[in-house]
Amino acid sequence: MSLLDVRDLRIAFGARTVVDGVSFTLEAGEKLALVGESGSGKTVSAFSLLRLLPDAKLAGSVQFDGRDVLTMDDTAIQQLRGKDIAVVFQEPMTALNPVLRIGAQIAEAITLHEGLAKAAAWQKAIAALARVGIPQPEQRAQSFPHQLSGGQRQRVMIAMALACKPRLLIADEPTTALDVSLRQQILELLDDLRRETGMAILLITHDLNLVRRFADRVAVMERGHLVEQGDTQSVMLAPQHPYTQKLVASRPQRTVGPAGTGLVLSADKLSVDYSVPGKGLRGWFQRQHFRAVSEVSLQLAPGETLGVIGESGSGKTSLAMALLHLHGSQDKVHGEIRVGDATWRTADRAAQRRLRRIVQVVFQDPLSSLSPRRTIEQIVGEGLEIHEPALNAEARRMRVEQALRDVELTEAGEVAPLLARYPHEFSGGQRQRIAIARALVLKPQIVILDEPTSALDVTIQQQILQLLARLQSQLGLSYVLVTHDIDVVRAMAHRVMVMKDSQVVEAGTLDDVLGAPRSDYTKMLVASAG
Amino acid sequence: MNDASLVSAAASASAAPAPAATSPLRASPGRRAWQRFRRNRLALVCLMLLGALVFISLFAELLSNDKPIVVRHNGHYYFPIVQTLPETTFGGDFETPTDYLDPFIREQLAQGDNFAIFPLNPYHHSTINYFSKEPNPAAPSADNWLGTDDRGRDLLARLIYGFRVSIFFAIVVATLCTLLGVLYGAIQGFFAGWTDIAMERFGEIWGSMPQLYMLIIFSALFARSLGLLIVLLVAFDWLLISAYVRAEFLRNRALDYVRAARALGQSRRRIMFRHILPNSLTPVITLVPFMMVGTISALTSLDFLGLGVPPDTPSLGELLSQGKANLDAWWISLSTFVVLVGTLLLLVLVGDALRDALDPRKQLEGAP
Repeated sequence: MSLLDVRDLRIAFGARTVVDGVSFTLEAGEKLALVGESGSGKTVSAFSLLRLLPDAKLAGSVQFDGRDVLTMDDTAIQQLRGKDIAVVFQEPMTALNPVLRIGAQIAEAITLHEGLAKAAAWQKAIAALARVGIPQPEQRAQSFPHQLSGGQRQRVMIAMALACKPRLLIADEPTTALDVSLRQQILELLDDLRRETGMAILLITHDLNLVRRFADRVAVMERGHLVEQGDTQSVMLAPQHPYTQKLVASRPQRTVGPAGTGLVLSADKLSVDYSVPGKGLRGWFQRQHFRAVSEVSLQLAPGETLGVIGESGSGKTSLAMALLHLHGSQDKVHGEIRVGDATWRTADRAAQRRLRRIVQVVFQDPLSSLSPRRTIEQIVGEGLEIHEPALNAEARRMRVEQALRDVELTEAGEVAPLLARYPHEFSGGQRQRIAIARALVLKPQIVILDEPTSALDVTIQQQILQLLARLQSQLGLSYVLVTHDIDVVRAMAHRVMVMKDSQVVEAGTLDDVLGAPRSDYTKMLVASAG
Repeated sequence: MNDASLVSAAASASAAPAPAATSPLRASPGRRAWQRFRRNRLALVCLMLLGALVFISLFAELLSNDKPIVVRHNGHYYFPIVQTLPETTFGGDFETPTDYLDPFIREQLAQGDNFAIFPLNPYHHSTINYFSKEPNPAAPSADNWLGTDDRGRDLLARLIYGFRVSIFFAIVVATLCTLLGVLYGAIQGFFAGWTDIAMERFGEIWGSMPQLYMLIIFSALFARSLGLLIVLLVAFDWLLISAYVRAEFLRNRALDYVRAARALGQSRRRIMFRHILPNSLTPVITLVPFMMVGTISALTSLDFLGLGVPPDTPSLGELLSQGKANLDAWWISLSTFVVLVGTLLLLVLVGDALRDALDPRKQLEGAP
């Protein structure tokens, strides 16, 4: 008998069915990955195994160790939660209680399920922390969540989940919020613990690289349906269902042309100092500076893409904002940024405005980068109002429509019906196209792309990258592509710059840096991207 | 990775039992909020009722007045509601303005072809019924439907005019507070840093002044008037609005759409008013009905204490204090209580529904 046997699971919220007829089984000690894009119902399915969604209407059957989870009473399911089935959430900062010491949080779970005394539970909590590789667990148990790093917090979450030796661990995107270098460690940790205790792991993810490396079996979900399942090797190598084929083939393909020659943008020994409040009493009067970018130099040719890779906190976004002259008013930028013949520093207001036209930007999250209360025409046309005030409304609309056509955002071949709509009426990929259109309508020479695809699903990501590559070759655009994703850099960049702790670790052409990395850090990045 | 938002969207969708009748997708955010508001039947009825009452109260002079709307006397037509006519016009002895409730004048107007069309309730809020059959305060009767107060003034007329004064006082105070608070909070939140700190400290000092003492001091210094009350209430109540707007501006200024506007070269003023302001007004709009409730309550309690409007102004608070002074005249306290509670209840129910309709967590509903 299987440890977990899900048969014909159906989940509905009100009148809307989000999961329809999902069946799978999980044996003890097995690693199953539930894969799908956002909205596919993978998280809802997994949370329903513990009946964690109070508003959901569940049908079908979920047998855990021969007992039906869906029909058992509330006391029984509370016994099951945490004890037999544990969950590791995606975002460790929000899943941990910020005002409780981590030792106490783990001990609480132990007291609850094993009825141990406080001191004994505390000892077990320390042991659990030691097991997940937290150094100095006795001291660390006294820490609050904010005092730990992201990777440590995720380890604490895992320690908490494993404290009661569950037989099934549900890991919901356990590494998505972490940097690449930590992902590998967390996965290895999970695998070690699985071998030790013989528990089964249900991994929920959208990341196929993760699945390839981790799971024994994989189940692919699309819009509430389970379209394919099988062992990882065969599904990844020979996908049967068209959706799985699309998913497996969605690894970014390189379609960019060769770069031009010349120089459109250069930075010489660029440093960015963030202004932060000082410590103690003096902080009331003095502000201290934190160096976010230190002495970075770069050159960008027409039609060229410079990929800037780094983890969160490496200074890559600060660099992008400095290139755009969008740093905070109290932050200091040292060094020279030249855009064509001009520099930001020496430009007066009118000249800065002219520079804004040349350097444009596309942000990571298309939902927050579009004002929710303005129509598409207003959003895309805004730049024209500023930079070409002579245009009348009709001419401006023509330009906006042209920009939307350029980014291939049409409805049944028509652009006009889209103009009066609001951003919420579009999907994530369409919104990113609108953001690109807003940048393009000004006919810029340089576009700074700040993680342009990391908020999008893999299949959409591929479309946006192809669009960016086509626009580059058609319009001769130069890109500064800021990302943490090596696959994206591989698909887009001509030259690469690797940043770590505000410094440039390695820079050069794509083949040199990613083909034959010299620094340890780059080697690790390349290895972990698989 | 977006499944969490899907879950909450689905959860909120199921929380509201009735799904959208019309597609909420093809509409501006404001329109979608209105559609959500409309789904709350009770609030919609309350809003319409409140709107009707406010509208009707605008024409209080036609509803409750001691001057007839039209008079025909000896072949001449008069419009006393807009004309001041001496008593001699209708055969009286004096050059003073006519008292149309005087039995002698009534008699004159009933002779032959003469007629007078009185408003529904033939008393103005200042009319003293000298011809009442009972001593004041008089109980409800055919003459005075809700009775009279202790000075012989018709209670219904006092209530109609008192309601009008209260509601328009609240509208004026809420509008001024909103304007001042939005401007102050917007400057604070947008410029942040030292500007914010300095303005925040000023706001704290200002807010720590004892409002009631100030009112007592000022009502001693100046003649009591509605204008003075408006100034004094606005002077302290805007702080609440500015705190909300400041927080919204601080949040919104860091969002990417503001950075995108800066990257386009948009001017600071335009960014403030065109991009951040419309996205920061939600909590303000939610607050307005509750602010009006607070203002009406404040006006009523000040009047009750005798610190409020000038003595001859019709006021609900003054009626309540009369009710307290004349406990045996139950009709004074009861009818004032009903009007006051009714008004406040309507406002609260509307405000409550507005808050639900503008709840950001429900914005996700029906999103793609």
